[in-house]
Amino acid sequence: MSAILKAPLTVEFPFTRSLGPVQSAFLTGLRERVVLGVRTGDGRVLVPPVEYDPVTAEEIRDLVEVAPTGTVTTWAWNHEPRRGQPLDRPFAWVLVRLDGADTALLHALDAPGPDAVRTGMRVRVRWAEERSGAITDIACFEPYDGEPAEPAGHGGAFDDAVTGIVAAARLDYTYSPGRAQTGYIEALGDRRIVGERCPICRKVYVPPRGACPTCGVATEERVEVGPAGTVTTFCIVNIKAKNLDIEVPYVYAHIALDGAGLALHGRIAGIPYDRVRMGLRVEPVWTEGARYPDHYRPTGEPDADYDTYKELL
Amino acid sequence: MTREEAPGDRDIAVVAFAQTDHRRTSEELSEVEMLMPVLHEVMASTGLKTADIDFTCSGSSDYLAGRAFSFTLALDGVGAWPPISESHVEMDGAWALYEAWVKLRTGDADTALVYSYGKSSPGSVRDVLTRQLDPYYLAPLWPDSVALAALQAQALIDTGATDEPALAAIGARSRADAAANPHAQLRGSVPQGEYLVRPLRTGDCPPIGDGAAAVVLAAGERARELCDRPAWIRGIDHRVEAHGIGVRDLTDSPSTRIAAERAGVHERPVDTAELHAPFSSQEVILRKVLGLDESVCVNPSGGASAANPIMAAGLIRIGEAAARIHRGESDRALAHATSGPCLQQNLVAVLEGDPR
Repeated sequence: MSAILKAPLTVEFPFTRSLGPVQSAFLTGLRERVVLGVRTGDGRVLVPPVEYDPVTAEEIRDLVEVAPTGTVTTWAWNHEPRRGQPLDRPFAWVLVRLDGADTALLHALDAPGPDAVRTGMRVRVRWAEERSGAITDIACFEPYDGEPAEPAGHGGAFDDAVTGIVAAARLDYTYSPGRAQTGYIEALGDRRIVGERCPICRKVYVPPRGACPTCGVATEERVEVGPAGTVTTFCIVNIKAKNLDIEVPYVYAHIALDGAGLALHGRIAGIPYDRVRMGLRVEPVWTEGARYPDHYRPTGEPDADYDTYKELL
Repeated sequence: MTREEAPGDRDIAVVAFAQTDHRRTSEELSEVEMLMPVLHEVMASTGLKTADIDFTCSGSSDYLAGRAFSFTLALDGVGAWPPISESHVEMDGAWALYEAWVKLRTGDADTALVYSYGKSSPGSVRDVLTRQLDPYYLAPLWPDSVALAALQAQALIDTGATDEPALAAIGARSRADAAANPHAQLRGSVPQGEYLVRPLRTGDCPPIGDGAAAVVLAAGERARELCDRPAWIRGIDHRVEAHGIGVRDLTDSPSTRIAAERAGVHERPVDTAELHAPFSSQEVILRKVLGLDESVCVNPSGGASAANPIMAAGLIRIGEAAARIHRGESDRALAHATSGPCLQQNLVAVLEGDPR
């Protein structure tokens, strides 16, 4: 067998998230260049704010403005920024306790180098030019040696409050299907369909995944199955799928290829949809350049006897 | 032990442990192909068949695989027909073991198979782990796992509890110990390397790799039948602290401290501790909160500095601690597992062998 197959796989979601009253006020505040915290029952001010006291679990809603200036409580120099991080040049990750707050906010600090950063240094918010109500409305922090800024005493009520965010997430992978599925996909390239036989129960799995789920052992003996098979069960599809160039209604079926221990599924064509039946004998149709059968069509053989496929429904 | 005894009093033991050789990549294997030999090994060492196992519980993460419900494919390796009693946690297998322990304590099961696995090689694990962070305030900034650990390390250095040479010595000691561990990914002398995120250098950070582990638990007399010297779980507890890292004192780990107290760590001295400290600075914190002195053998396996297959590394700590008891190298061992950024969640178990 040749090398294991690999292919890029990107998983990307734009999660739409609702904000509760506290997070809404905080993120709307950032849009308006106001930093809000929330006061706990024992008088501590949490920034960034949360809706429940992390110690007592008590609901907390008492919003209080804090200063956009603060003190670094710890830091780490990031000389190789990664995709999505706040700055694309070397920067320090910092936890900053803003003046008036009792907890620290994580963000980036724009500084020329690690020698310019220390725990205890004074910093202030650098606002993003375009702000939408997100943590990234703070572009980063920057060193600051002036007096603490005086908050205006904003109470957290805004017109046109932000009520949700879209949190984009993208992760890149290199997917490899492993030994068994690589063998399956490679055989498809030669227009052959292969399964693997369980050494204990002798069932042939198609497509093979490398294990017999019944016996819990590796399947290694490769077995060519088909090309013809038997329709074991089917359904009639009446709704056209988006981006799918197939006229409805059409038939989607479970097909037990000859020699296989379980059915795989595929589309049936070359016969009116209302004449497809259990026991119909079919064979794959490969189209030019395709990497798997486009559909299955009747072979013209007599229907298979029910007893030959009843275990494969 | 018989079923007539009060279920809550049942003694539960780790009776078998197996793990893969942990490697930077195992791209030639699917997850089930990687996992299956470990399942076979752990079952063979007890003589049990799938049908003999009352409960199966696993830990893994879809975010590592980049596919939804990836653990269902791994179930093929268990032999789930006829149907079995099975559960899954999207966490390290140590938490799957906790669930299995609860199941055995209730009396609903006498034996349990616990397994976990993770393949970090298909993706970028530093980026993947950002997706477990708070999605409003943290995740949009993509602070990666090394960056968060580096903030914790600097906070610790600022207190004077450690410094960079002391951290380097922790990684070096771990990988020197791992020379005797054929499964470890990094063994023997490894350069301390450049800063990944200052103050953490490559040598302070865990290797990224693929691997799997499995454990068999059994209750009472069943444990004695299956293992010459069962590793009895005398206590186990897990705790979580605030998600926001700016709320926490990063130089402390109150969740570990509480879990250790509840698990009974301090009732008698332990001789071995397998700590899940992916970053060298985290071992400093764990030693402090667990009250471990120089008499305790810490991470004789090499720990997570030598192999850190995500989702399995915590279960491996329990397995390694148990295996030392099985072999008679330990009488009372502590095992610890962590999850989340900067030691957010912590599990502590105390394992004991019968008196010799």
